[in-house]
Amino acid sequence: LAGEANRVARGAICGAYPITPQTEIIEDLRGFSFTKGRVVPVESEHSAMAVCIGGALAGARSFTASSYNGLAYMTENVFAAGYYRLPIIMIGVNRTLGPPWNIWTDQGDTLALRDAAWVQFYTESHQDLVDTILLAFRVAEDRRVLLPALVAQDGFVVSHTQMVVNLPTQEQVDRYLPPLDLPHRLRGKGVTVGGMTFPHDTEVHRREIQAAMERVPEVLAEAIDEFEKVFERRPHGLLSAEYVEDAETIIVACNTMARTLRNVVKRRREHSERVGLVKPKLFRPFPRAAIAQALARAKRVGVLDRNHSPGSGGIFWQEIAASLRAPWLPSGQAPLLQDYLVGLGGGDVTPELIDEIIEDLRVRKAAEEPVWKEVLA
Amino acid sequence: MTTLGLPPEARCDGILRPGNTNCAGCGMSIGLQWLEQALEHERPTLCIPACCGIVTAGAFPTSAYGVPTIATTFASSAAVGTGVSAVRAINDESDLTVCWAGDGGTYDIGIATVSAAAERNENLIYICYDNEIYGNTGGQRSSATPQGAKTSTTTRGKAETKKDILAIMAAHRIPYAATLSVAHRDDFMRKVKTARRMHGFRFLLLLSPCPTGWKSEPEESVDLIAMAVRSGLFPLYEVFDGRRFRLNARPDGTPVEEYIKRQRRYRSETLDVSALKDEIREQWAYLEAMSRAFPPSPGDLRE
Repeated sequence: LAGEANRVARGAICGAYPITPQTEIIEDLRGFSFTKGRVVPVESEHSAMAVCIGGALAGARSFTASSYNGLAYMTENVFAAGYYRLPIIMIGVNRTLGPPWNIWTDQGDTLALRDAAWVQFYTESHQDLVDTILLAFRVAEDRRVLLPALVAQDGFVVSHTQMVVNLPTQEQVDRYLPPLDLPHRLRGKGVTVGGMTFPHDTEVHRREIQAAMERVPEVLAEAIDEFEKVFERRPHGLLSAEYVEDAETIIVACNTMARTLRNVVKRRREHSERVGLVKPKLFRPFPRAAIAQALARAKRVGVLDRNHSPGSGGIFWQEIAASLRAPWLPSGQAPLLQDYLVGLGGGDVTPELIDEIIEDLRVRKAAEEPVWKEVLA
Repeated sequence: MTTLGLPPEARCDGILRPGNTNCAGCGMSIGLQWLEQALEHERPTLCIPACCGIVTAGAFPTSAYGVPTIATTFASSAAVGTGVSAVRAINDESDLTVCWAGDGGTYDIGIATVSAAAERNENLIYICYDNEIYGNTGGQRSSATPQGAKTSTTTRGKAETKKDILAIMAAHRIPYAATLSVAHRDDFMRKVKTARRMHGFRFLLLLSPCPTGWKSEPEESVDLIAMAVRSGLFPLYEVFDGRRFRLNARPDGTPVEEYIKRQRRYRSETLDVSALKDEIREQWAYLEAMSRAFPPSPGDLRE
């Protein structure tokens, strides 16, 4: 499905290396016939990204996909793509980093790349995935952004299941995504891309990347409006805040966990419980202001982190903790914030587990260190 | 406003502009200038990994390279080159893509990438300027370092012998693999032109003297390479499709000791000269036998 989304987006160059559970994307891409484009079957993820870098610098729309240890192996060139300011799109099929080897999903692999100067999206369903890939191209290639973007999806839960999906037509996508016009495309001029810089120029480079990141929410909002005009439906935004207006307790979760959570919240709402949910879709840049606004009126907030930063805790929790303070929230108003480490290594995050967490949160007087909610199965 | 350097109209936009900071006696500098001449001022896109070759470019916003150049990550030049060359082909652009990499990025960290690009027969000219050390990091051992040579990580001289990268690359059955010498200009020019005429993965190996690492005199750089060729240590030859061999210059009896003596990197207590001489003899017996049994086809020799 991700491969199909790229095909209609007219990605022209792709370095491709198979890794479970991403393999099907690569197989599909290799199977497609491109009028103008080439999928290069490389020898490693590191080279897959390198091919995208070369292709993008030569001016082509570039695309690849990877997962867990493949992403870790690719890391050097993932950073390089960000620092070269190339609007490459990559699907990250979330799978638990090993060893020990584990094929199931958690978000630790893509979150480990959070500092790589890539825009990061986390998607909850097949439709969300397709829509977000198209949005990602539009945002990444915008002159105000010019950064690569990673679109994460849960391994197996999404990557190996099927759903009826509204797939846009080629004509619609061509209208939505005009051909890439990369300002620093290499042609003719004697310039060196990525050569040596002294400290000050490096600072300027990093500040420009930060400024580009800060423009993402605005560019994304425009991309969503334009999406609606072209495809006649509205995709998920940078963040979904549901039932938060009067909620005393809010749970935050990304990816497919958010869908389970939504069902739990709906059921509890039927019993007039003041529970809400927030699902961040955009992780880089982290939408601090929107998060703070969505959580501002709650008494208690619980974060479901399907990832683990050893020595700290959940990564979404760290980001949210940094958002619940001035200037995004008036000081002294922050809700109680508790982290729950759930579903690590792909354990099922069931409605029962979420119920248990809501009950724990409701009686909680103070926050403590991240709580491990292990799945005993 | 004052303008630094040459006025734009006087600027040389060849491959290597004047004013770069390369060491005196650097073989790579000669190689880049000859590359420019052999390509007859065609303007390739260069893909250069971490190595002295990218230090040559200078610091932002200047560039000693007058052609589009990508500073790639260490192991990636052949893969980045693949992407560039593939897109040039898609867009019907005739631009040549050249990977210009040191021995570290070719023999060691980059070998999987180079091997894979060769196996896919990507449309690239890959030139390894081999100074037999990690020159960029100050001269550490690489798998290109010859036996007996002292580096900062083989202070008593390297125990192992050098990897035969040309044989490895030729074994990929690529259209063209050849060695280049900075002491044999006509041979260099002819080989680059031969490579330019072909399509697919072309591998050229340049033995690049490094006075800093070799502890030799800068003015003797070219003489040293002449000695390496004449003594038989660095054979000049071509391999077509990995199968057909042509030898370009035979040893003339110059003793390899002369080459060794003029460099202070060789440790006499570690270097096994008689083993080296045996190795040279065997290598030549092999090359002579191969070139007799599998000579180039008339098509290979077309100018």
